[in-house]
Amino acid sequence: MDIFMNLTLSGLSTGMMIFLLASGLSLIFGLMGVLNFAHGSIFMWGAYSGVWIYFRTQSFTLAILTGMMMGMALGWLAERTIIRRVYGRPIDQILITTGLMLVLNEVLKAVFGPNIIAVPIPPLLAGSWELGRIIIVKYRVFTIFVGLVVAAAVHLILTRTRVGMIVRAGVQNQEMVQVLGINIRQVFSLVFMFGAGLAALGGVMMAPAIGAINPGMGLENQMLAFIVVVIGGMGSILGSALASVLVGLAGVYTAWFLPEAALAVNVLFMTVVLLIKPSGLFGMGGEQNR
Amino acid sequence: MILQLSHVQTFIDQFHILQDVTLEVPEGEVTVILGRNGAGKTTTLRTIMGLTPPSGGSVQFRGEQLNGLPPYAIARKGIGFVPEDQGIFSNLTVEENLSLAMRKKDGATRARLQFVLNIFPDLEYKLKQKGESLSGGQKQMLAIGRALVNDNRLLLIDEPSKGLAPIMVEKLAQAIREIKQHTTVVLVEQNFALASAVGERYVIIDDGHTVREGLMSELLQDRELLGRYLGIKSNLSNGKVV
Repeated sequence: MDIFMNLTLSGLSTGMMIFLLASGLSLIFGLMGVLNFAHGSIFMWGAYSGVWIYFRTQSFTLAILTGMMMGMALGWLAERTIIRRVYGRPIDQILITTGLMLVLNEVLKAVFGPNIIAVPIPPLLAGSWELGRIIIVKYRVFTIFVGLVVAAAVHLILTRTRVGMIVRAGVQNQEMVQVLGINIRQVFSLVFMFGAGLAALGGVMMAPAIGAINPGMGLENQMLAFIVVVIGGMGSILGSALASVLVGLAGVYTAWFLPEAALAVNVLFMTVVLLIKPSGLFGMGGEQNR
Repeated sequence: MILQLSHVQTFIDQFHILQDVTLEVPEGEVTVILGRNGAGKTTTLRTIMGLTPPSGGSVQFRGEQLNGLPPYAIARKGIGFVPEDQGIFSNLTVEENLSLAMRKKDGATRARLQFVLNIFPDLEYKLKQKGESLSGGQKQMLAIGRALVNDNRLLLIDEPSKGLAPIMVEKLAQAIREIKQHTTVVLVEQNFALASAVGERYVIIDDGHTVREGLMSELLQDRELLGRYLGIKSNLSNGKVV
């Protein structure tokens, strides 16, 4: 019983970290329809810049803020210079963001070095609570908490604010939003920047959880994020949150019982969901996205 | 004149849709753009809004050049647009559709919202319902209402009667009569009964060219023009189109 509790907590924690990466992708890919293959690289830049600041200041709060700012800056720059030119052109998006991914990965190696960097858990969040034979790792609880806060915040922004309303309307009919006097491009720039910031937050949060950062972590996790967005349903933040938890739990349980099948189980899960419900678990999707 | 188009040309991809459209819209009146299917009526409205930008000629609104401006900037000048497909956001509620259109939240805007709910009372009962749940007529009301909640000086309405039941068309005509007390209207309409009932002026576009414009009362008497460009046989004895 205790092993199941430990695996479940671990799965929830892993799921929430995947969600932090996937939440940004859910906004950028799920809502705006932009296939951003550099999303994982921005996640990685968030991790590296956050860790860099953490080693110099010993402040994890500052690390989170720095990582998010780095992600938002990269997102803003990418949207302004590259993405803006390829809205509505998925093939061009794949090509140009793959190029951006390669550039960001190589520049990252040049700046921070190609080696694996060990990252400790911040002292305040280190250690665990023991309830009988159940071990609750504090940092895992922290990641679950941050994930839930982000899920609630993004959901509230999308459903209760004017910006959220514009985004939901823009997903359906960009042209109509414009003729109402709204500069939809400006709003989408903000969304892209915010989504990149969330990816970077995911990077900073994941660094202590996996104990090390390396220049391959972006690509590894980006695939999981795409799986989560597709399973959860395009454009649904709560769907992505639920899918992240399912993917996290499936990954942890499979890794325990059949380690070599961990990723295959998630891909299989995505395939089954797509076969049964092509729009994903909670997909709203763009009807027109003109 | 509140709106002037002078020798406007518009391409959609490689197709030269508007080849020479010239028209003038006087303030405070309803001007109806008439013509056969594919003549360029919808493209004319979309060109005014900057959705299919003109490649030649000029579009002026209250003396100000609109060429080159993005659609949102044109809308902010005070032009409302109701597209043929209504453009309702089906995943938003009626209230959200209206709220999204409001560029200000002041007393005047609230008064205009109340005006919209007065002329389209159906909307008041559906405020919390999603756009997708509305009937065709209600969607049209919402689309027009959405364009009226701002202080727009000009309203462009594309084929509002399309697909509506006769009773709804009557309601629509009444609504347009009320709207024109406050706002200049340019109407693209295939239903000539509606067009002639609400329009004071007409412009006929054929094959991307303006071929005639003038007073609606004159058009009603011109059997030859009605037949040649609009394919309408008219009973001129009582001035009504049959």
